[in-house]
Amino acid sequence: MSFDLNSYLGIHTQALGLRAQRMTVLSENLANADTPNYKARDVDFRRVLARADDSMHLITPPLARTNPAHLPAGGAAGGVAQTLYRIPHAPALDGNTVESDVELAAIGDNALRYQATLTFLGGKLATLRSAITGE
Amino acid sequence: MSLFNVFDVVGSAMNAQSTRLNVTASNLANAETVASSPESAYHAREPVFATILDQKDGAVHGVRVLGITQSQADISKRYEPGHPLADVDGFVYGSNVNPIEEMVNMLSASRSYQNGVEVLNTSKELLLRTLSLGR
Repeated sequence: MSFDLNSYLGIHTQALGLRAQRMTVLSENLANADTPNYKARDVDFRRVLARADDSMHLITPPLARTNPAHLPAGGAAGGVAQTLYRIPHAPALDGNTVESDVELAAIGDNALRYQATLTFLGGKLATLRSAITGE
Repeated sequence: MSLFNVFDVVGSAMNAQSTRLNVTASNLANAETVASSPESAYHAREPVFATILDQKDGAVHGVRVLGITQSQADISKRYEPGHPLADVDGFVYGSNVNPIEEMVNMLSASRSYQNGVEVLNTSKELLLRTLSLGR
């Protein structure tokens, strides 16, 4: 009987990576809250994670890039997740679409979910440990 | 690990905001400065922010100060023949600093800076919890 740590930890490792990536995107938004013409971005978490899940189970074959000028076909779990532009509630006159309160709320939400994923992973590792030690 | 990128991004934002605070302080300090010609009078300065963009994939890496512009608003002219800096006609030229604008600028910059600190703390917390995973 073989044991695969990756499949044991499941989707949570991918989720953790995506949460960390989303954290970067959100912090970029907040960093550019006063930059003229900056458009706020975000990651469509559900879609990217679904794609990561697919690639884990090898349902969708990866698209080959035969020419360096080709655009990458978005958000594989290993690469950079595809970012989409946010639709602002009240865009600023200077063309900036960052709303600090929205970004801060999203960062709080994202941090909480990151910690939830960490807890899941911690639980899995604890289970593994108790199986190994057999106490 | 993309959570470390957050530190770079937020660091660039805090750097830019502190430049903005610095410029605001300079403007407020020179609000009452007078000169003997409109050209040498103090013109209010303002930093211009721009996104640090990756030319290859369009990814954002934070914010930078593109440059510092000088306000082209009208210079105030006062008749003070007794002033040591008065010109031949007895006029002195004040600055075009608008203290109300500067105070608003200062508030905005300090709030953005605080947001940066907030995100930095959240990311640090998440990283620390990730490091203690499986303990």
